Amino acid sequence: MANIWVYIDQFKGAALAASWEALGAAKKLAGELGGGTVTALVFGQSVAGVAAEAFTYGADAATVCDDATLADFRVRPYAALVAKLYYEAVVKPDVILGPATARGRDALGMAAVLLRTSAMADGTAVAVKDGALQVTHPAYAGRLLSTLESKAKPQVITLRPRAFARPEPVAGASGPVANVAPTLTEEEIHTKVTGYAIDEGKVSLADAKIIVSGGRGVGGPDGFAPVRELAQTLGAAVGASRAAVDAGWIPYAYQVGQTGRTVSPDLYVAAGISGAIQHQAGMRTAKTIVAINKDAEAPIFKLARYGIVGDLFKILPALNAEFKKRLGK
Amino acid sequence: MHVIVCIKQTPDTAAKVEVKDGHVTWGDAALVVNPWDEYAIEEAIRLKEKHGGKVTAISMGPESAKEALKTCLAMGCDEAILLSDPAFKGSDATATASVLAAAIRKLGTVDMAIVGKQAIDGDTGLTAIAVAALLGWSPLTFVSKISELDPAAKTLQVERLQEEGKQICAARLPAVLSVVKDINEPRYPSFMGIRKAAKAVIPQWAAADLGVDPATVGAAGSTVKWPAIYPPPALEANAEMLDGTPEEIASKLADRLMAIKVI
Repeated sequence: MANIWVYIDQFKGAALAASWEALGAAKKLAGELGGGTVTALVFGQSVAGVAAEAFTYGADAATVCDDATLADFRVRPYAALVAKLYYEAVVKPDVILGPATARGRDALGMAAVLLRTSAMADGTAVAVKDGALQVTHPAYAGRLLSTLESKAKPQVITLRPRAFARPEPVAGASGPVANVAPTLTEEEIHTKVTGYAIDEGKVSLADAKIIVSGGRGVGGPDGFAPVRELAQTLGAAVGASRAAVDAGWIPYAYQVGQTGRTVSPDLYVAAGISGAIQHQAGMRTAKTIVAINKDAEAPIFKLARYGIVGDLFKILPALNAEFKKRLGK
Repeated sequence: MHVIVCIKQTPDTAAKVEVKDGHVTWGDAALVVNPWDEYAIEEAIRLKEKHGGKVTAISMGPESAKEALKTCLAMGCDEAILLSDPAFKGSDATATASVLAAAIRKLGTVDMAIVGKQAIDGDTGLTAIAVAALLGWSPLTFVSKISELDPAAKTLQVERLQEEGKQICAARLPAVLSVVKDINEPRYPSFMGIRKAAKAVIPQWAAADLGVDPATVGAAGSTVKWPAIYPPPALEANAEMLDGTPEEIASKLADRLMAIKVI
């Protein structure tokens, strides 16, 4: 029997998909540990809709803190609230988990310290072995996997986005909601969010089901045009290798790899990327990899399910035309 | 301004990392400053150049980590201190942070601590948030730009990278920052810097020097253990190579991707 709390990461009232993946993982884990209650922790302002949605993704209960001090994510009031809820809970959770998004990592990373333990960060698998909870954590940029165990109660875990299946939502599901007050006042919070610079209309690399990436082979900033066009047709995010970012052809926010983002899309199209080990570290968990490169010896072909030796400036437009036709765009 | 940079010595990113008898090995690959930490070092030096003061680099690790600290000195850090004690071995993120926090407290008046986003070996990315929690300082993670800093008023404004874009955040000093790659372009150590660093004697602080109870750090003081480490299963290679004209290739690829329902 294990009770699990799941931190739901949301931005401006919309939950990130990784939150529902974490909820799905929690349900499965609770089952493996002999049953128990899975409670969604929903913090923010005007987030009743997020709590309602959590039930459709399998939450048995929800604890909601809807307050102006939580409108923007700031780690201290969020983490302090997780810790306070834990200490005040009559029935304490055995596990607190959440998505390893920027906010999820911070909130649960700090909550773990306040709960006198350490988070098990960025898990890609969770299993129960001989009654003990084991978290698989990629180390050395995914070149090794480590097994983590925590002797603390609660065990605090963050899960890598897209490493766990998102449960199918069940329309109309609902459950009990506990509304709670925040624990810090505005005066006690020493940071203020003064604004955002949001990438409007772009598919986020972290959530993307499909990513089309360009590397050294695109040859310059303009070389990303066919990459972007194919991405647009496929509803994909645009990515880049370190070589393209370091050359100044595309901003760092697009970089996939060891010193960029780690992604796990269903489909990763690598165009003009040789596939250095540092790039592989960021994309090797993609489910299907398509490699397009002039050099038949490029290491990327060793990871690819489909390989195309050729000029990306001819292949990408042909792919774009073909998918436009097939997808009726 | 007194800025502390917390760094880690790691194998080079190109190292062939393997597991032998349950231990991680990297052959004769070089040990370097964790690549993410180079951005932290650079930012600290830039703050000193702009606002005056000094930069102290600290690292928890074995004796060999002195080499990484010498790189910090060669780049332009003023002082470097190694935090080393057999009792620190096996520390989880919180235990590591408690050693770093104790060293920062011992250093007296400090305005800011900067760390890299994560270490490329452990890859947990928890250090900044844990140190901030233990010191009670402003936690500012994933910082891509320090847009304003007023040391006299003890305020700063930063841009933080999130899934949706950037969050702009104002905070009070002292603060703990973790920085990402687009914050700056790290400099190479200068010739003079390397000569100075070669002669430097790096002080070493043990648990007793830090007033840290050995029972609260290392494997004994950690709740998280890593009983196993192993290489991931090899990826199935065997790419199916598609050929023909660009149009034929496009048609073949579309057939296959739609058949396996990734599109």
